Amino acid sequence: MRNRIVVSIQAIGHRTIDSIWRLGVASRFFVWVLLKSTTSFLRFGLVVREIYFVGVLSLIIILVSGLFVGMVLGLQGYETLQKYGSESAVGTLVALSLVRELGPVMAALLFASRAGSAITAEIGLMKATNQLAAMGMMAVDPIARVVAPRFWAGVISMPFLAAMFSVMGVFGGYLVTVVFIGVDNGSFWSQMQNAVDFRYDIVNGVIKSCFFGVAVTAIAVFEGFDAPPTAEGVSGATTRTVVTSSLVILGLDFVLTSFMFRGVS
Amino acid sequence: MTDNLIEIKNLAFSYGTRPILNNVNMAMSRGKVIAVMGGSGSGKTTLLRLIGGEIKPSGGHVKVADQIVHHLSRDELFKLRRKMGMLFQFGALFTDISVFDNVAFQIREHTTLPESMVRDLVLMKLQAVGLRGAHHLMPAELSGGMARRVALARSIALDPMLVMYDEPFTGLDPISLSVIGNLIRRLTDALGMISIVVTHDVQESLKIVDYVYFLADGVIAAQGTPQEVKNSVAPFVHQFVHGEEDGPVPFHYPAQSYQKDLALENFVA
Repeated sequence: MRNRIVVSIQAIGHRTIDSIWRLGVASRFFVWVLLKSTTSFLRFGLVVREIYFVGVLSLIIILVSGLFVGMVLGLQGYETLQKYGSESAVGTLVALSLVRELGPVMAALLFASRAGSAITAEIGLMKATNQLAAMGMMAVDPIARVVAPRFWAGVISMPFLAAMFSVMGVFGGYLVTVVFIGVDNGSFWSQMQNAVDFRYDIVNGVIKSCFFGVAVTAIAVFEGFDAPPTAEGVSGATTRTVVTSSLVILGLDFVLTSFMFRGVS
Repeated sequence: MTDNLIEIKNLAFSYGTRPILNNVNMAMSRGKVIAVMGGSGSGKTTLLRLIGGEIKPSGGHVKVADQIVHHLSRDELFKLRRKMGMLFQFGALFTDISVFDNVAFQIREHTTLPESMVRDLVLMKLQAVGLRGAHHLMPAELSGGMARRVALARSIALDPMLVMYDEPFTGLDPISLSVIGNLIRRLTDALGMISIVVTHDVQESLKIVDYVYFLADGVIAAQGTPQEVKNSVAPFVHQFVHGEEDGPVPFHYPAQSYQKDLALENFVA
């Protein structure tokens, strides 16, 4: 019995030490990516190519999801607000929910599932098939040539995707409440315009999406680069990217929100 | 600079506590094709990775062009690697770009040649491996043998001083095998480079190489010129060259008795 307790404590200790060690490796890798980013900016075409794969190809899922989230927000918002006779404030509710929270968070979660997993799988497979080793043997640094362009492409794409998510969401809310339900068009837009502050709401939302972009792509490239070079290794790394990114996005969102919105208006 | 472009002294390497190479000594001079042979898991690929500086030895050193590889900084190592080529066992082509772009990759990365000249160089390299007509294909559209030939063209794109070939003959049809063998020989002679060929194909490689090292259990078990190898009566070399099952090289991985594994030790026929 005593032996089993000792073994259990040992196992917990091992897992803890492994996790801390891995976090250290990931941090060192992240610094390495930043140091090797010169190539990405000198040859910006490499980044543009990756922006197409991680950003442009994510547009469909982001736009469609944004539209539906906005439509649901509009519907639910109208349902509640009309009880108090404030249905004209539904535009404000939709816009604030989207630019402050749902836009950055939902877009980042979708981005992690669609682009983050693809980045991990691609880099992991390149490692498993010796493509990264071959690049290294050709005196081309894989971190500078493969990892850094993907990282910066993700960081650049994320705020734009979040912005487009919010725009489509507002349009979805407009469709449901103004076009279908019949809320007054003028008050929908004017109340929104009065309530949404550029610096306080929109800029903070953009800042959030930048943080999420860095977090998701950093996790995706690290998991791909660190993946064991086997089929199970790559599949495990892809799963870890989605799970870890999602948790980090939600945790980071709380931390950022608590700094940005503390009842000060 | 000594005559030997590559000097390997007392080289040792182990994965954790499992020794892979132990006290390996080799010398290779320009214009030679060197074969490294040995059974599976004898440390041949590890040796190539040590020469290329991909991994660090646990003892001894590899000297390339008078520089100890594992003492070099990352930048110095990359500078040295520009003069090296490596053909990986399964080609390791970049799957997101075409055959042409794969061969052009290193030229574009390390030179400022105009695109018209890059095109000519790439087509010449592809012509040498018989795949000029396949320059527009993607790696996924190639057979295993074709992919290996493209990888060979890529590894010689910048006319390096040293090319390492990991199993270059595997998966090739007899015609391609002979052409690639002769190509390795001709390139080595024309460029005065060193070719290190890790291979199991004894008959084909003995036709083109200048010297053979046999690795077994991490040490050099035998070495000599192709003629010496063919005439050797050493049991190890004889078994390997003639592909015999019985001999000093065990075919079976160490295991407990077969009868015990099948629970037949008490069975009486």
